[in-house]
Amino acid sequence: MTATLLTGARPLGGDPTDVLLADGVVAALGADARTHDAARDARVVDADGLVLLPGLVDLHTHLREPGREDAETVASGTRAAALGGFTAVHAMANTTPTQDTAGVVEQVWRLGRDAGYADVHPVGAVTVGLEGERLAELQAMARSAARVRVFSDDGKCVHDPVVMRRALEYVKAFDGVVAQHAQEPRLTADAQMHEGVVSAELGLTGWPAVAEEAIVARDVLLAEHVGSRLHVLHLSTAGSVEIVRWAKARGIDVTAEVTPHHLVLTDELVRGYDPRYKVNPPLRTAQDVEAVRAGLADGTIDTVGTDHAPHAREDKDCEWAAAAFGMTGLETALSVVQQVMVDTGRFTWADVARVMSAAPARIGRLDGQGRPIAVGEPANLTLVDPTARRVVVPEQQATASVNSPFAGTELPGRVVATFLRGRATVLDGALVEPGVPA
Amino acid sequence: MRHLLSAADLSPAQAVHVLDTAAQMAATQAREIKKLPTLRGRTVVNLFFEDSTRTRISFETAAKRLSADVINFSAKGSSVSKGESLKDTALTLQAMGADAVVIRHQASGAPHTLAHAGWTSGAVVNAGDGMHQHPTQALLDAYTLRRHLVGDRGTTDTTGRDLAGLHVAIVGDVLHSRVARSNVQLLRTLGARVTLVAPPTLLPVGVHTWPATVSYDLDDALATRPDAVMMLRVQRERMSSAGGGFFPSPLEYTRGYGLDARRLATLPDHAVVLHPGPMNRGLEISADAADSPRAVIVEQVANGVAVRMAVLYLLLAGDGTRTTRTTDETKVPA
Ligand SMILES: [Zn+2]
Repeated sequence: MTATLLTGARPLGGDPTDVLLADGVVAALGADARTHDAARDARVVDADGLVLLPGLVDLHTHLREPGREDAETVASGTRAAALGGFTAVHAMANTTPTQDTAGVVEQVWRLGRDAGYADVHPVGAVTVGLEGERLAELQAMARSAARVRVFSDDGKCVHDPVVMRRALEYVKAFDGVVAQHAQEPRLTADAQMHEGVVSAELGLTGWPAVAEEAIVARDVLLAEHVGSRLHVLHLSTAGSVEIVRWAKARGIDVTAEVTPHHLVLTDELVRGYDPRYKVNPPLRTAQDVEAVRAGLADGTIDTVGTDHAPHAREDKDCEWAAAAFGMTGLETALSVVQQVMVDTGRFTWADVARVMSAAPARIGRLDGQGRPIAVGEPANLTLVDPTARRVVVPEQQATASVNSPFAGTELPGRVVATFLRGRATVLDGALVEPGVPA
Repeated sequence: MRHLLSAADLSPAQAVHVLDTAAQMAATQAREIKKLPTLRGRTVVNLFFEDSTRTRISFETAAKRLSADVINFSAKGSSVSKGESLKDTALTLQAMGADAVVIRHQASGAPHTLAHAGWTSGAVVNAGDGMHQHPTQALLDAYTLRRHLVGDRGTTDTTGRDLAGLHVAIVGDVLHSRVARSNVQLLRTLGARVTLVAPPTLLPVGVHTWPATVSYDLDDALATRPDAVMMLRVQRERMSSAGGGFFPSPLEYTRGYGLDARRLATLPDHAVVLHPGPMNRGLEISADAADSPRAVIVEQVANGVAVRMAVLYLLLAGDGTRTTRTTDETKVPA
């Protein structure tokens, strides 16, 4: 593998410097980069003005394989990930068959390794078939080649309090974490959108904020009681932010995620009944959007997870009630975070690295991801042009699905290059195929 | 007006214009030969994904009296439960050259999707979508109210008049009712005042933003002497736990929110009683109330045909690009 010299890059948005990548690691920084032995034959990437971040890590990706390869495959999803600046993704367990055995998680892990665009870490189901009744063989998944550490029934809530308690306790044996999709099922039967002023007018069954908050509140108390760590997925309401803030102040080991779409879109968009805006948890109000931004800014919310949820065209090209829940997000996440957090002055690029790389890597217990940009560290990196602007065209994205809520929208920032252990997966904004010398 | 999807689509002038046109249509219906040649050669499709014989027949009668060709397309009970079917059905109807599609669908927003997804070029008329809207019902209710309560109780010409100053109580399952949503909007547009009366479980979260007063007590609401009381159908299933457990028993509902002879007697002399049908006699309305001279429920049905004739006429033969029109521009051909 050839070495790569990034010239004039700004690590975490700081002062420009040269960065040499060789043998899969950051071999040299600053003046040493050009004089290093490996720099002699290095490919030079002009990174003047570009921000250098640790490769992004997503704790919340739906890759759909096995089972719905018409919507996404591990290969297409990880190509999208690389283009979005990610070097690692966690593949959610709601596949067919479910990722609830060592066999299935190893299959997905191998598909990721074979594809080669980003590390794929399968999430293990908490319960067999996501049914919420019996614990899946969590230890077997943890000890498999896939080394599962994150467990979730995402798409469904582990709603039975006893099952949730047992899961929280059980994963302590292998330093796992339960990532909860907080949705009280009885309060959300047939729910179609956020319950409030807009749902009242549109005649769509409401998904009340309390259905999320009641589970978040219960789970932080359970986590405290049994001394386990809990991760709350796609937190979407002002009330949930308050509860997590309270729990952290109390010393409870809880982390929380927000999605890019909940940072910027509101339930007002549902007025046109366009199923692109149908997502679970639903788009909330402007007050909720401001609350999750504030929670992300003050550290109450630890991570931005994409909840990248590709769907086949026919599952969105229909009336609202018949449409599937979910939005794509891998190729727009960083731009949305730049727009709502960096360009507004609420975040530095170091903060972006924290919530999109370091924190998710730590929660997922990944070695070699989310690391500082320092000599000797694995060269999982992404280069971003924050001055670029681009219009989102779903048909031109690498994801196999087109259900982006940002179609036709102009967003700031563009991923110029992504490096996975020193090898470029993206250069000049285009994918580099793994077979090609890079 | 290109489509009629929601009562909120109508400006005050447009709403009055529909009522005026409906009055002209009704006048032609008193003649021996009821059929008008206005929509000869045009095709109206009744696309019903949900059973409603009465609404379908009303639209069918209206279209036929305007000489349109009518195709009834019932998609209920066929293998279509998934959304793709709406698209495929729409494309089929487009291929058949539908000039207007009258759609009834169990999913809120389905008419909106049909009108805006590019699947059909015809005018779309919402004949009831889920819990969302039923605009022609609101128009026929407004027409009925105007006939009885505006001017000199039906003896003077009410052309051009709205419902300013009237007070209407809408009673029952507001939460699940497209009739209530449409009526709240249209009555407000026409200048009337609305009180919604229901147990709190049958009112949507967010109702406080609607242009209406809310009461949990029917007797209190009737004591304010409304000019009209509109009773909504309450489905018996709603009380079961599987149906949501919205109220404890039919008996308790009837005691609290049913219109019976005693409550009817407290109304002002001129007040009328409406119901969109079909009625649950003995639940939301007693037989005494339903059959009393104040009940204009049967007349609502006849007015429904005139209003739907007006809507089809204005969408297919009227100048669809105008937002306001005077009555002389749209004389109904005799
Ligand atoms: Zn989820």
